[in-house]
Amino acid sequence: MIRKPHKDKSDLTLIGTPMRKIEGLDKATGRALFTDDIVLPGMLHGKILRSPHPHARIVAIDVSEAEALEGVHAVITGGDIPIKYGIIPWTADEYPLCIDRVRYIGDAVAAVAAVDEDLAIRALEFIHVEYEELPAFLDPYESLAADGSTPYVHEPKKEGGNGNVTKQVCLEFGEVDDVMAGSDIVVEGEYFFEGSTHAAIEPHCAIGLWDGVGKLTVWSATQVPHYLHRELARVLELDPARIRVIQPLVGGAFGGKSEPFDLEFCVAKLSMLAARPVKILYTREEVFYAHRGRHPFHMNYRMGCTEEGKLTSVNAEIVLDGGAYASFGLVTTYYAGQLLCAPYSMSAYRFDSTRVYTNKPACGPKRGHGSVQPRFAFEVQIDKLAERVDLDPFEFRRRNFIGSNTRTVNQLRITSNGFLECLESVERASRWRRKFRQLPFGRGVGVAGSTYISGTNYPIYPNDMPHSGVQMQVDRSGRVSVFSGASEIGQGCDSMVAYIAAEELGVPLEYVRVLRGDTDFTPVDLGAYSSRVTFMLGNAAIDAATKLREMVQQAVAGEWKIEANEVLLAGGIAMWASDTERQMPIREAFNLAEARFGTLGATGWYNTPKDVHGDYRGGTIGASPAYSFTAHVAEVEVDVETGVVEVEKIWVAHDCGRALNPVLVEGQMEGSAYMGFGEALMEEQIFKSPEQGRAGLHNAPSLLDYRIPTSLDTPEFESLIVESIDPEGPYGAKEAGEGPLHPSIPAIANAIYDAIGVRMDKLPFSPPNMWRAIEEAREVGALGKPAFPGGLPVTPEAAPARSMSSGS
Amino acid sequence: MPAVTQIVRLTVNGDLREVGVPMHFTLLEALRYGLGLTGSKQGCDKGDCGACTVILDGRPTLSCITPVFEAEGHAIVTVEGLADVEGPHPLQDAFDLHGAAQCGFCTPGILCSAAVLLEKTTSPSRTEIKEALSGNLCRCTGYSKIYDAVASAGQRLQVEAQLGESGR
Repeated sequence: MIRKPHKDKSDLTLIGTPMRKIEGLDKATGRALFTDDIVLPGMLHGKILRSPHPHARIVAIDVSEAEALEGVHAVITGGDIPIKYGIIPWTADEYPLCIDRVRYIGDAVAAVAAVDEDLAIRALEFIHVEYEELPAFLDPYESLAADGSTPYVHEPKKEGGNGNVTKQVCLEFGEVDDVMAGSDIVVEGEYFFEGSTHAAIEPHCAIGLWDGVGKLTVWSATQVPHYLHRELARVLELDPARIRVIQPLVGGAFGGKSEPFDLEFCVAKLSMLAARPVKILYTREEVFYAHRGRHPFHMNYRMGCTEEGKLTSVNAEIVLDGGAYASFGLVTTYYAGQLLCAPYSMSAYRFDSTRVYTNKPACGPKRGHGSVQPRFAFEVQIDKLAERVDLDPFEFRRRNFIGSNTRTVNQLRITSNGFLECLESVERASRWRRKFRQLPFGRGVGVAGSTYISGTNYPIYPNDMPHSGVQMQVDRSGRVSVFSGASEIGQGCDSMVAYIAAEELGVPLEYVRVLRGDTDFTPVDLGAYSSRVTFMLGNAAIDAATKLREMVQQAVAGEWKIEANEVLLAGGIAMWASDTERQMPIREAFNLAEARFGTLGATGWYNTPKDVHGDYRGGTIGASPAYSFTAHVAEVEVDVETGVVEVEKIWVAHDCGRALNPVLVEGQMEGSAYMGFGEALMEEQIFKSPEQGRAGLHNAPSLLDYRIPTSLDTPEFESLIVESIDPEGPYGAKEAGEGPLHPSIPAIANAIYDAIGVRMDKLPFSPPNMWRAIEEAREVGALGKPAFPGGLPVTPEAAPARSMSSGS
Repeated sequence: MPAVTQIVRLTVNGDLREVGVPMHFTLLEALRYGLGLTGSKQGCDKGDCGACTVILDGRPTLSCITPVFEAEGHAIVTVEGLADVEGPHPLQDAFDLHGAAQCGFCTPGILCSAAVLLEKTTSPSRTEIKEALSGNLCRCTGYSKIYDAVASAGQRLQVEAQLGESGR
């Protein structure tokens, strides 16, 4: 791994400029192939039978009638794949098909492969399952309080323990209680973040092909082909060297495709039994059951500060409603606390975070994994504290800025940090100083900030190998081929490696081919999760390209009798730095290099710095080579008669280190802000209660009833890129895909408060929730424009006192 | 027990095609599974997401809830039919240029809705663009880049029309 100082902007020709994506035109012409677009000769279609009960014992399954149907080639049940899987090696708790127990409505029980989809669907009706229903846990607090008198969702890990608890983490940094007691102001609040789902427009899809003599190929709409490869081998008890995972283009993921799912094991097993390729495409309803979306969080936050507005102590108690399986839940439980210690400094911090199982679809990682929910609570708390000490919320945030090249209270190493610039950008662009507390009643602005990781320092399974690798070759035509195993899910990582290859090797972008998404010929990249890809794959690509470039430079230098570092490669030509009239086409330069060094290829890789963060148990979770920073301002209009909130505009400033392609960075910022907006106002992954009948049934498993924002709902965005040039990132880049989601939600909540003086501590800010909160405020006379910092009311509607619980 | 199939005649992207499909097939199924035109996407299979949008007699139409036999005798244009021998449709080029397709799964449907809008006007307001695309869900972009792409494609169509009138 080669590490060199970053080039100055003036030395970069492509990086930093707006560029097209390498597959952009394919996507705009219908040529781009997604998994469901692939048809193999003789392919069968599979379907999965799902549980109608939230919690039940499987007493018996009879598949004989289904097997006997003409056109049905294979039927499998849990006993055919009796090994548990799970993305986190220590918490594998799912069978591809349930064996003795179902744990949510939608849990997989059996699967069939038939000549077409219609027959596969019909064959499911001929599978007879006898269930013995069990009491279901739907409320996380009921799960917590369980005493074993009815079966837990999972067996306790230790005898006498509560099997409903996935993970409990309590970490304390500093003397939280003492510092809290000594604080001038303490604000406490109860917050609730409703669950939400990814709703990628492409449903999950997978194809299995068993070649009859020992090789398995699986195509899948996954964002983690490497982890899928490992789990297929382990669960199907196959030699990983005989498994090939192909990842076609993925139609959106957002964390919803970042672990193996039942369908991937099923297509593989069905293909092995039927000796034919088998495809399974989830229905939209099944996508909602597969879920792994945002956990509902119940949060209590106590936060203290000095009269001068210096944050002192923070105490958080969090209960995560995890659903039926662990998924990434172990990590989520840590992230709920670990990622909150920047961009503000605090002298003491404690979080107590507990994830429990419930009989609902499993929750997991959704864009901004684990930290979007607590960030909402935290930034609203900051707003409340700022008000208590009569400070503009921007000023409060500035006073607590943690700085760059420092450590958080929980010992995370912060390097580059452009948060102050983010604050300045949104403050100026939104004309904050003319608006805050000064807009008419019903209109308001709110601000929030956040931080996020650029990848995790540690892989999901312990190993010392690189996190990302690429292979690169140049050929006699002048072309560069990049072999990349990274997961293109729409964020542009295939293009990103092409930009780097073109930049470093001096070829036009259209000379670069990216050969991708196939474990048979690409080095391992760990996957598209934790905002790691640009940072890690980018560094790997620079590493490979630099090795090739140095060979080309040496060959040209030898020809011209000059020093290698005097050879420039750019724009399809090699030239002499001292006299740029002296040139040769890049193809000739490549040919000279091949003549001198032999066939030209190089590998490059990236591994993370280890042991730079805290060495306490749990200190590895949240540890990242670099952190991004974000600030948003939202402007809203609230109709206090209907409870309708219109978000008119969100200004998004994001410190992405360096924008390798500003078009793609803006796209990530806008898409993130959009997704946060949707969660703030509209989205709810909720389930029927016992009173509603069919307890535990998803309330609305369709894109009509689970409301995601349309073009008419979505506010305007203004993207403001901040570049802090990170010392470790590729050309200084950090992540941009998840960080910019976080502040949307608290910025909107704080803007609602500025508009009407009502605190929304519970998501979503939908008309019914808003209306109830408005009516409560009206009853106690709290509806009105809050006072300007310094205590001066600015509108006649300003209400006198508002209730807020506080200690000390 | 194969389903009862029947021959359906479809005019797709200017070609008259015959394909045998089960009676209950939707237009989307006939396009994707019968004719191999996989550009139109299935995102929800019930008319909620718009990824399957095609142009039927000049109108954006949800092919996943259009019975295939109702499409007989109508002119169907899919994303594959937007480009011509001159090259990509200006909308397709603009989507590429502006980064309007992230994952690209909703893109074929959005392009069809947008193409119909630009047939009506090459200078749509932002509100008109939003309204025209309100039946197409995009989960990646936040729509901003899509609006920019549609507006810029409209401008290019205007310029091309003016050049055409002046005889180039």
